Amino acid sequence: MQFLADFLPAGVAMHAPALIVVIPLIAAALAALMPNGRVAWIVALLTSAAVALLSLNLLGQVISEGVVSYHMGGWAPPLGIEYRVDMLNVALLLLVGFVGLLCVIYALPSVGDEIAENKQALFYSAFLVCFAGLLGVTITGDAFNVFVFLEISSISTYVLIAMGAGKDRRALTASYNYLILGTIGATFFVIGVGFLYMATGTLNMADMAAILEANGHNRVTQAAFAFIVVGLGLKAAMFPLHVWLPNAYAFAPNFVTAFLASTATKVAFYALIRFLFSVFHPDVSFVEMSFVWLFAVVGTIAMVVASLQAVFQTDARRLLAYSSVAQVGYMMLGLGMGTASGLSAGLLHLMNHALMKGALFMALGAFALNFGVRRVKDLAGMGKTMPASAMAFTIAGLSLVGVPLTVGFTSKWYLVTAALERGWWWAVAALMLSSLLALAYVARLLSAIWMDSPPSHHGELMQRRLAPWMVLVPMSILALANIYFFFHADPLVWLARAAADAVMGGH
Amino acid sequence: MSPHLILRVVAKLLIPLIVVFGFYVQFHGEYGPGGGFQAGVIIAVAVILYALIFGIDAARRTVPPVAVRFGAALGVLIFAGVGIATLFMNGAGEPLNYLDYDALHPDQGHHTGQHYGIILIEIGVLTTVSSVMLAIFYAFAGRVPDIPDEEW
Repeated sequence: MQFLADFLPAGVAMHAPALIVVIPLIAAALAALMPNGRVAWIVALLTSAAVALLSLNLLGQVISEGVVSYHMGGWAPPLGIEYRVDMLNVALLLLVGFVGLLCVIYALPSVGDEIAENKQALFYSAFLVCFAGLLGVTITGDAFNVFVFLEISSISTYVLIAMGAGKDRRALTASYNYLILGTIGATFFVIGVGFLYMATGTLNMADMAAILEANGHNRVTQAAFAFIVVGLGLKAAMFPLHVWLPNAYAFAPNFVTAFLASTATKVAFYALIRFLFSVFHPDVSFVEMSFVWLFAVVGTIAMVVASLQAVFQTDARRLLAYSSVAQVGYMMLGLGMGTASGLSAGLLHLMNHALMKGALFMALGAFALNFGVRRVKDLAGMGKTMPASAMAFTIAGLSLVGVPLTVGFTSKWYLVTAALERGWWWAVAALMLSSLLALAYVARLLSAIWMDSPPSHHGELMQRRLAPWMVLVPMSILALANIYFFFHADPLVWLARAAADAVMGGH
Repeated sequence: MSPHLILRVVAKLLIPLIVVFGFYVQFHGEYGPGGGFQAGVIIAVAVILYALIFGIDAARRTVPPVAVRFGAALGVLIFAGVGIATLFMNGAGEPLNYLDYDALHPDQGHHTGQHYGIILIEIGVLTTVSSVMLAIFYAFAGRVPDIPDEEW
């Protein structure tokens, strides 16, 4: 793995933690100045490629040297802002970087179809701001900095979702709903950080953890904990706080849905893990209690209820959005086990879910691009009219159900194993039930795609029309990754395990 | 004869003063209350006042929306560019971190570099904030209502 740490020049590698956030930020300003959407897209493409390379380099650095700490402006922590990369957030950086790159490749035809030409450059600018925000939340070691980046990514997300208004005006209300709820979430989070600052006098997470451990907990830190869990839970679409998500995913431009579904809620979930394990200690009684009585219970309810809601949706993207809420439930359950194997199973599912949902939403985007279809029943005959996209959709859909030979099976297997280690038979039962429900809603989609005949137009069946290659390539890569990582599960399992150990380490 | 003669004369007197006060807040930012953000808002206010008194079209001719868009991006580039510049200007042979202002004036010790750095990034903040304030104002003021006013 040493080559990963060495492939960039030493000068660049030394500043990689700063550059991975700064490059998208500068590129966002540049993209806003570009004369048309195509040039702005090239800026976005180069940026996301650079970010993907930097994240690989950081992985190499973390493996060979341990935790990487970068002091912004040369001010040492705890006073200065520290960017801190360990196994947990490098996994997320890799995920955001590579999924971001694939989504940007996919963006050109999709955005060209959905966004007005004179707004495309600004659209890519907003995307790059969102990208920088997500990377910033992931990499920073400063609690207030998390809030700032969370807001940067959220505010640009509201814009990106509202851009769906070109196709469907309901995107505006969806975005407005998310704006209100997202702002409430951010406010709760910052109140929690404020309480922690009051109790500890520091904003550096590692310093906070040390002071909390030395001074013990009191009502203030308990209130801080509650505020932070609710605030980040809202951003991560934790079950009862998920109401903003289905509409936001259903009406956003397809590229935005594919990107957000595979990164945004994941990053919020990462921030939650970071606070639960690295700032609060999982052995503290109220944190430990929240695992079993909050995350495990809420996760289980989400797995069943949201899947059930998904079964009855008519809009294909809304259906998958409810499924995303259910999948967040799986991750919550893994987190709620409070063991290293549970957390690593949750993280593995987090990564796998990004692969599945990325491919699924890209395929729905391809259907929408060629035929303008959005409802489940309109997918009829896509197996004949768009076989390649339908194939990718099928693979990712089966992975979502957890069929063997796909990564969905791997992560569910690890979740079941972790649940059995704790003796949680009820969780295994819930997993099975939720998978059956997933089978039901995926079967609805697949039967429409493969069984129904294509709609006829003036007595002639719809002709075969392939998606553009820039849609097909990233979609196929994600879909094939769903199979590849079943047979070569080791890298992802190792990454999830190392990430879980990084935060559970001394505990 | 313009119906708002007094308003126009007073506004013409006030606008330069507002801009000067904006720059005072900007360059006094490190010593007293103020800084790039407040200064940016004050300078944008001068243009907004101009638009309120002389009309949005006159303001658009003075500060075109294209310039506003350019300014919003330029400010970010100045701020982030200072950080990038410090990466290349290794102070006294020591590699320095992103936004480490010491690199900006390595000869005269810590304080001069920090001083330069804060002024440079505040100029970036000023540019972006005043541009964005104007962009928001233009967006609201220039919006054509879905239903014309006469039809209410």
